[in-house]
Amino acid sequence: MIENRLDAAIDISYLVAAVLFILGLKGLSSPATARRGNQLAAVGMAVAVIATMVTPGLENHLLMIVAMAIGAVLSIYAAQTVKMTAMPQMVAIFNGTGGAASALVAVAEFMNRNDLDRGGIVTIVLGTIVGAISFTGSMVAYAKLQELMPGRPVVYPAQQIVNAALGIAIVVLSIMVVLGGDVDLGRALLVGVLVLALVLGALVVLPIGGADMPVVIAIQNSLTGVASVFTGLVLSNQALVVAGLLVGASGVLLSSIMAKAMNRSLTNVLFGAFGSVAAGGGGAAAQGEALPVRSVTPEDAAVPLAYAERVVIVPGYGLAVAQAQHVVRELADLLEQRGVDVRYAIHPVAGRMPGHMNVLLAEANVSYDDLYEMDVINGEFAKTNVALVVGANDVTNPAARSNPGSPIYGMPILDVDQAQQVIVLKRSMKSGFAGIENELFHKENTSMLFGDAKESLGKLVAAVKAA
Amino acid sequence: MNNEVLLAAYVFVLAGFLGLELIGRVPSTLHTPLMSGSNAISGIVLVGSILVLGTVESVALQAVAFLAIVLASVNVFGGFVVTDRMLQMFRKRPTSGAAAMTMTTGTGGERGR
Repeated sequence: MIENRLDAAIDISYLVAAVLFILGLKGLSSPATARRGNQLAAVGMAVAVIATMVTPGLENHLLMIVAMAIGAVLSIYAAQTVKMTAMPQMVAIFNGTGGAASALVAVAEFMNRNDLDRGGIVTIVLGTIVGAISFTGSMVAYAKLQELMPGRPVVYPAQQIVNAALGIAIVVLSIMVVLGGDVDLGRALLVGVLVLALVLGALVVLPIGGADMPVVIAIQNSLTGVASVFTGLVLSNQALVVAGLLVGASGVLLSSIMAKAMNRSLTNVLFGAFGSVAAGGGGAAAQGEALPVRSVTPEDAAVPLAYAERVVIVPGYGLAVAQAQHVVRELADLLEQRGVDVRYAIHPVAGRMPGHMNVLLAEANVSYDDLYEMDVINGEFAKTNVALVVGANDVTNPAARSNPGSPIYGMPILDVDQAQQVIVLKRSMKSGFAGIENELFHKENTSMLFGDAKESLGKLVAAVKAA
Repeated sequence: MNNEVLLAAYVFVLAGFLGLELIGRVPSTLHTPLMSGSNAISGIVLVGSILVLGTVESVALQAVAFLAIVLASVNVFGGFVVTDRMLQMFRKRPTSGAAAMTMTTGTGGERGR
């Protein structure tokens, strides 16, 4: 009787956890409620974990607590010390560990149980494959973002064929595991599937360039969710199924949003790295040298800023690299004190992951009311006196609108060139990620202020004060 | 098709739809915290890891499950903490006349597509 009540309480706890996850995600629909949403989701997780711990018939509780404590200490330290610029790497690592855990759970469950039906075995095999691919894929993405390995696409002959062969081998072994009658052989084969999936996960990400890693992470995130779903099906645990699906859906949606913002299909991001980037660079560089560029001093640049009615700041990753978020806010505050309407224009792929630039600016105390999405701010550039581009390049290139021959033609961009005057803060005339010449830099109403973004902004602040 | 499978299919489809609906409403301002937060939720596999460690007999499998709990905990604890750290930085502009003006022209956030 007690046992039954406990079972019911545990089942209801899982339902409560699922509801809390849903409410948590709902909270994320506005910056005002987002923090509370995340906390609700965390409470949901706590409820699910506690319910699981008190499940009748379980042993090794001490080991469980020790293991959780180890994971908690390691990750909370990392989470509290990580720089906001390194957020994509952090998410990649956390995602990888989740994927690895899914794969390990699936394998351990298979080794431990003799009563699995065919459906159960299929789910276990799928959980193993998806978890393993997500783990090594995330780790390679991490290594590329952290620059532990070259960010450029790693290509070698017959790469597609090798990957395809690995994929086929995994499928064949998996079928043998599912159909095979011999228990020991099946177990050995599943380990084979695990190893091959680990290798494949890494190989698939190798040829993808560093700039595309955000999309990769979003996809990996989705995979980890799917792996949780499989684990949930194996263990007949609805909390895992619901939570995993929510995560899977978020990854799918985010990766497609990102791909759209880069004007590429998901297939192109995943499999199209071969040669496309090199071709883009070669074609445009030839005509680049002859075009004129107007270089200005900070003092010259400060005058139109100080006397503008509206200034739109376009931050790119260069701003974050130079750690210049705080100086840019200082400049914005100064301009606002002078009565200038200052806004920030955020391209969907500004930074290294979706929404990354918003986090970086939030860290510098820029309020989210001042951050404008591309679709909203684009109509406003024509009414803007000065567009101040800081460390952004490809996302401002008018060639994306006007030049069908350009590799980025069709990519949604910020219409910076429509402002009365454009001031570009840039280290040198080097091309952006895509290696494409930017026409914006050669336009008549564009001035270039060369130098380190942080130093240039510091000088602008001083010059505006003097103006 | 037996009832249990049918029920699972219902949960599967409905949760998937719900997920897409919910995530579609998240403004792009919050996409990074969304990613790290949903990532933390995928650490729910911690529950699976606990169930496995609680039931396996052999020391080898206990070691595997132990490792799975450590890894899943990294995902869960790290994910929620780092998301909270990000979200606490998002703040509204202190209310003033200028803020009211900005609000009327539209904020960077909640907007349908």
